[in-house]
Amino acid sequence: MEKGTLRVKTGFAEMFKGGVIMDVTTPEQAGIAEEAGAVAVMALERVPADIRVQGGVARMSDPKVIKEIMAAVSIPVMAKVRIGHFAEAMVLEALGVDFIDESEVLTPADEEHHIDKWAFKVPFVNGARDLGEALRRIAEGSAMIRTKGEAGTGNVVEAVRHARSVMKAIRRIQGMREDELMAEAKSLQAPFELVRYVHEHGRLPVVNFAAGGVATPADAALMMHLGMDGVFVGSGIFKSGDPARRARAIVRAVTHYNDPEILAEVSEDLGEPMVGINLDELSEEERMAKRGW
Amino acid sequence: MSEAKRVGVLALQGDFREHKLMLERLGASVREVRLPEHLEGLTGLVVPGGESTTIGKLAAEYGLDAAVRQSYEAGDLSIWGTCAGAIWIAREILDYQQPHLGLMDIAVRRNAFGRQVDSFEVDLEIEGLNAPFRAVFIRAPEIVRVGKGVRVRARYLGRAVFAEQERIWAMAFHPELTGDDRLHREFLERFVAS
Repeated sequence: MEKGTLRVKTGFAEMFKGGVIMDVTTPEQAGIAEEAGAVAVMALERVPADIRVQGGVARMSDPKVIKEIMAAVSIPVMAKVRIGHFAEAMVLEALGVDFIDESEVLTPADEEHHIDKWAFKVPFVNGARDLGEALRRIAEGSAMIRTKGEAGTGNVVEAVRHARSVMKAIRRIQGMREDELMAEAKSLQAPFELVRYVHEHGRLPVVNFAAGGVATPADAALMMHLGMDGVFVGSGIFKSGDPARRARAIVRAVTHYNDPEILAEVSEDLGEPMVGINLDELSEEERMAKRGW
Repeated sequence: MSEAKRVGVLALQGDFREHKLMLERLGASVREVRLPEHLEGLTGLVVPGGESTTIGKLAAEYGLDAAVRQSYEAGDLSIWGTCAGAIWIAREILDYQQPHLGLMDIAVRRNAFGRQVDSFEVDLEIEGLNAPFRAVFIRAPEIVRVGKGVRVRARYLGRAVFAEQERIWAMAFHPELTGDDRLHREFLERFVAS
């Protein structure tokens, strides 16, 4: 009997496909997310929109908050650590968290290295803006990739950019000759074996979710059409006027993304969406997606 | 030339792609099932792993669960639930209230082997297979009670993890995550028509 194998980690991520993972800050919110049909929740002290407003160093959440949320729901619970902060990850693994997000939403702890995720039994998800970044994270042991998008903005434009960038690069590599793959690996700064996997299979070796700016059912459906396997919704639900209704609608939109009539039905009368931020109003330093390498 | 077997995979949420790929490799024609009309003409339905509460809620909409039940009771459909799928088809789910199909006379306990850090893989003896099967258990349920007419085909540490009742299979692990297609082959051969 073996625990924490690659297959057990990436296989678990496969179970999230076609699903929505929601940021929650209290047991009550976690209950609303579960009731709406979320496949997992991300336990946080502050959602990204509040991290933006309040500023300061954003760290792993208090274990007390995470434990209360784990006790409140039967679905899997994820939590975030700072990029490179493997001691925070050791804490979360000890708590029995189901998945760790090494996240650019928090203030990075290491500006050169990410966590060696092979050293953990608990699986990790990492953000990526392009294929090279995604493959580097997978090489470090990540079991799941998500677009970085631009968290806490309610603006899907960056998530679209990152999803298109990854999918376009995958299609390009798929069409290459074998003898072109090494030069491609060099240019992507990614391991050759992973580039060859993408060439042979036409996809990443792990699931790939959308994240960072999804605020409406149509946003979620758009990301599914662009080839994402599922969706993270951060501030978009609990910063909106009617979280329970919006959460439920986004779950339905991800399952039925290819059915415009159902999309129209679930998009109706959801109340106020979160107030968005236009990306050109953000300075370079305010962009979370720039964090990670 | 024989026609391809036609089988459905419940595609509301979860790892339906892995089941689909495996069934297609065995020559079956696979349809993704999200709405009642997608069941038409199918004799087999695979319910994948995923989040059982999510699958249960989504299947309760648009009359899908009723359509599956009707098709099974009419004798048209065989059903195979893996992990979350096994929870969905079980008559009884211990400790939790959640929408489910409830067709199979078993009781299951969710997350019976612990959280994700306790998920595991192991070589499992399965009745009817000539060699052990690499079984992947992910926050897996356990079958804690089986009714009359339900046969337990595999146990891990004495706990039932694969049961068969007429044309229904429930299993706690994920054969779709391994390269071993023996169970998919058996399901197609025994239960699914062309």
